[in-house]
Amino acid sequence: MAAGSRGPAIAMAARILNETAAMLGAERLVTVTSSHVDGCLYHGDSGTHFAERLASEGGRVAVPTTLNVGALDLLHPGRVQFDPRTAEMARRMMVAYEQLGCVPSWTCAPYQAGHRPALGEHVAWGESNAVVFCNSVLGARTNRLGDFLDICAALCARAPYTGLHRDENRRARVVVDTRALSDALKRLDAFYPVLGAWLGAEIGSDVAALIGLPAAIPEDSLKALGAAAASSGAVGLFHIVGVTPEAPDLAAATGGQPPARSIVLTAAMLRAARDRLSTAAAGTDRIDAVAVGSPHFSLAEFAALDRLVGSGRFKIPFYACTGRAVLGEIERNGMLARLGEAGVEFVTDTCVVVAPILPKAGGVLMTNSGKFAHYATPNTGFATVYGSLADCVASALAGRVTRDERLWS
Amino acid sequence: MVTGQVLIDGTAEGPLLRLVEPISFWGGVDPATGRLTDPRHPQHGVAIAGTVLVLAATRGSSSSSAIMLELLARGIAPAALVLGEPDAILALGIIVGREMGYPAIPVLALPPAAQALLPEGMLRIAKGGGISAA
Repeated sequence: MAAGSRGPAIAMAARILNETAAMLGAERLVTVTSSHVDGCLYHGDSGTHFAERLASEGGRVAVPTTLNVGALDLLHPGRVQFDPRTAEMARRMMVAYEQLGCVPSWTCAPYQAGHRPALGEHVAWGESNAVVFCNSVLGARTNRLGDFLDICAALCARAPYTGLHRDENRRARVVVDTRALSDALKRLDAFYPVLGAWLGAEIGSDVAALIGLPAAIPEDSLKALGAAAASSGAVGLFHIVGVTPEAPDLAAATGGQPPARSIVLTAAMLRAARDRLSTAAAGTDRIDAVAVGSPHFSLAEFAALDRLVGSGRFKIPFYACTGRAVLGEIERNGMLARLGEAGVEFVTDTCVVVAPILPKAGGVLMTNSGKFAHYATPNTGFATVYGSLADCVASALAGRVTRDERLWS
Repeated sequence: MVTGQVLIDGTAEGPLLRLVEPISFWGGVDPATGRLTDPRHPQHGVAIAGTVLVLAATRGSSSSSAIMLELLARGIAPAALVLGEPDAILALGIIVGREMGYPAIPVLALPPAAQALLPEGMLRIAKGGGISAA
């Protein structure tokens, strides 16, 4: 391919793949069966020029490929407040990726929009939360591909055979014992992003096996755990013994080998991690906006939101970020209209920390997402307050921060 | 002189800038200015352009390669990167940049213990991974 037998775009992609594989010490490339591309988010003109070069030189993906968020909400024009030139460059980038044959899914939760590789399948995914979900919850195999390597892998149907593609790198080297934490805490939706934020900060890119968690954890909680762990650290794979597919028991998760580290997680450690997710002054009750949906909100999460809101109306802007696939479902089942009346502002194809959507005046943003809490302050200037989905709804209804602290104390 | 593992070969010269805490380039470096923008980072506000940037560890987003590419396109990239361990994400931005005709910069891997012994001040990177005081 690098010799140009499939055209100049594939040749360039193959050169980038080969050079990256050599740098990583990969002895060979592995054939992949699907890709999820994160490189379609505008960070500057260079990314647009790269995508347009691939498209203009006849590039076409060789495997089913979904797209992560772009920088524009194509369904809600005007939602993103870019200057016209930036908006045009961001739009051109999104168009170029569609021309390459990618599915215009525009979501960071492709696994909740029909893209679910099977256990043991080798794939090439970008976007850190999608990668950790794909590896941990689905048991498919991908490394954390940097932007641009994802589309190169999709064009060539190959990825460097290193890291999490290989059995020996998927075993847990760290064991995290959560048995000292209360069962009530483990039933809270707000527990899992905090657990993830703690895990990523503690172990970086290592693979952990967590023990002592409930056997039935909602998929959205696993999604939230992974997203937080991949933003506070560089976690690409975790195992939950008795829950995730490669960890029916601890020995399977560790490959039968003694762990390099064992950590007993305490409530105090977790509370410290929770407090780090809030950058607003402790005890503040000011709130200017709420954002949920990082990763993109699922149908189940919208149903929970719908129940919590009831017939209430929000006093401050409440942004729910989701993919167009889920938006279509809630439009059909009536939630879209109901939640819209309550004051929910829907953001599709993109999200509030990657594009200028939040009110320009700034202030305090409340969120139930460990990933939003991690990135909102540097990317938007908003201070953050972290809370459960119920806390977020109660606060947006009251117009001031309202958090149920009982289970955290 | 110490020798790092060559990830991307090349020569460079610039002042040493040691990041005291890990950073994600996406969310942590402004691609328009080349400054550290994460307010939680102790070196918030510092410019990385032209420096021999020494990082013990990287973290976070896979979009960091896109930030690296944009820094190269704008001519505000570091002069060289010295990473604590081989990292495909930042180096990838440089590999793509070379394909796009942007100037490349050397990237070396050097374990944190050896990074700690690098002298402050101007450093010179030679082909083959040698690092010495300039």
